[in-house]
Amino acid sequence: MAAEPPVIVGTGPAGTRAAETLVRAGLRPIVIDEAPASGGQIYRRQPPGFTRADTEVYGFEADKATRLHRAFDGLADRIDYRPNTLVWSIRPDRMHLLRGGRVNELAFSHAIFATGAMDRVIPFPSWTLPGVFTLGGAQVALKYQGCAIGRRVVFLGTGPLLYLVAYQYARAGARVVAVLDTAPFAGKLAALPALLARPGMAAKGMFYLGWLRSRGVTVASGIRPVGVEGTDAVAGLVWRDDAGREHRTDCDAIALGFGLKAETQLADLAEVPFTWDNLQRQWLPERDGWGRTPVGGIYLAGDGAGILGADAAELTGERAALALLQDRGPGDHGQRVAAINAELDRHRRFRAGLEAAFPFPDDLARSTADDTILCRCEGVSAGELRRAASELGAGEVNRAKAFSRVGMGRCQGRVCGPAAAEILAAALGVPIEQAGRLRGQAPVKPLPMAAVLDTTQ
Amino acid sequence: MSGQFQRLAETNRPRLAITIDGEPAEALAGDTVLTALLAHTRRVRIAEFGGEPRAGFCLMGACQDCWVGLADGRRLRACTSFAEAGMALETTGMTLRGR
Ligand SMILES: Cc1cc2nc3c(=O)[nH]c(=O)nc-3n(C[C@H](O)[C@H](O)[C@H](O)COP(=O)(O)OP(=O)(O)OC[C@H]3O[C@@H](n4cnc5c(N)ncnc54)[C@H](O)[C@@H]3O)c2cc1C
Ligand code: FES
Repeated sequence: MAAEPPVIVGTGPAGTRAAETLVRAGLRPIVIDEAPASGGQIYRRQPPGFTRADTEVYGFEADKATRLHRAFDGLADRIDYRPNTLVWSIRPDRMHLLRGGRVNELAFSHAIFATGAMDRVIPFPSWTLPGVFTLGGAQVALKYQGCAIGRRVVFLGTGPLLYLVAYQYARAGARVVAVLDTAPFAGKLAALPALLARPGMAAKGMFYLGWLRSRGVTVASGIRPVGVEGTDAVAGLVWRDDAGREHRTDCDAIALGFGLKAETQLADLAEVPFTWDNLQRQWLPERDGWGRTPVGGIYLAGDGAGILGADAAELTGERAALALLQDRGPGDHGQRVAAINAELDRHRRFRAGLEAAFPFPDDLARSTADDTILCRCEGVSAGELRRAASELGAGEVNRAKAFSRVGMGRCQGRVCGPAAAEILAAALGVPIEQAGRLRGQAPVKPLPMAAVLDTTQ
Repeated sequence: MSGQFQRLAETNRPRLAITIDGEPAEALAGDTVLTALLAHTRRVRIAEFGGEPRAGFCLMGACQDCWVGLADGRRLRACTSFAEAGMALETTGMTLRGR
């Protein structure tokens, strides 16, 4: 069967290994990423002209970063690589691209979405003040720009990246004043056996924690944020410790993150069905043990199909490519996929340990004060969302969005979505999965005006 | 006013002359517009609903909270656009200046 060349969206660890696998099978995939260089988030490359060595930028992961970049660069003349290109919409047989301010279409039959993840955040009083950035954003500032987000930085939230990025900051010479984790200490101890599914990863986490403590950084577990202080920008953070005592920490920047959420918009536009994942507490696109979705020709890989981390992303990237090859035939890749799945089991056990050690504090999201801004795009408060439920009768997130505009702004609910769902579920008194799933819409990111005019011609 | 960001490394890059709200300022080649701004100020834009200052949030092109205006009428997503010599960045928003 003569088919279009397969398309891969994303050049992180998942997309890179998918491309490599297709090339090895003699195909010439089209490889698209909106970023100017390959690497994705964890192995994001510095702009041209930056000179830090990989060991300085990626720390313990430097070897993996170097290997992944080399693997991608080695494919250069065997793939149709399209950097700086956003996929902004998907239709059954074509995708819509934006490059250099212009739109165009690409017909496709098979596509692998390896679109990664972003930080999951919870609003709290004055979190929209300049100086509050996502945890991932704080890492981007350092890795990609050689900058710290401030001169006295607090790391607030939960998850393994909280400690990693704090460590990277301190190592690079930034002043880390505190690492404040909402997850209680006892849960971390209880999760230890599961975390030992990947002893090397567990050891690195302990190392970061010990290193920070030994440098006198305040590290606290089981905390609750109270609010950001400052009029035009961050001047301090008020928080409560696990005994309920209030503290004020002087700082000019806050890195905020409560784990990651999968970037699933493209799968959504391709009409892949979603199911609620209780462990990760998010809606995830359905895929089988090969990374195939129920929609013919659509495959998923990496953190965009559910958060499993960078090493697993390399594995699921290869797996999605093998699924695609299997479906296009000839050849049988069952053996290699079985080996990958056996390896992924360890990553899944480890992930379950991480979720137990660093649970998403849904109580915090649910108790967001009425006057706290929930939607930063349109300035909508948590109270307005609650009113959409109680007074206007919005029984699920999409109705609530229509009534309150929460999730309707330029970010399409990427930022407010998780907290909005918790608040709505609490207001309705239903389990979170019954509050519904915010449906994605094209364009997945705003188009420039000239491009909008192009599309209407 | 000192900036939001603190440069820790990679400071030997070529200098680029830009302006921020009419004031001359210096960026480094390879700076995103967001970095160029936040090395000098603590604001990228004024929120259209509410009027308070914002300085971006995700730095990875996801939140859209860093769109900034230029004196020539262009609008850029600051965290994914690179600074160029001669850019005249306007953090106060063009509408507020009556344009
Ligand atoms: C900011 C950030 C920093 C992180 N840092 C670390 C870390 O230091 N250590 C760690 O273990 N984990 C880190 N993670 C977790 C990370 O998700 C994984 O470890 C890893 O990057 C996942 O690989 P991936 O290939 O699935 O996706 P990614 O590496 O995220 O790659 C996805 C790629 O898809 C592209 N893309 C997405 N949507 C589109 C579209 N519509 N059109 C075109 N291109 C698109 C993106 O530009 C990106 O390059 C980080 C996550 C984030 C968000
Ligand atoms: S800071 Fe989020 S899109 Fe630029």
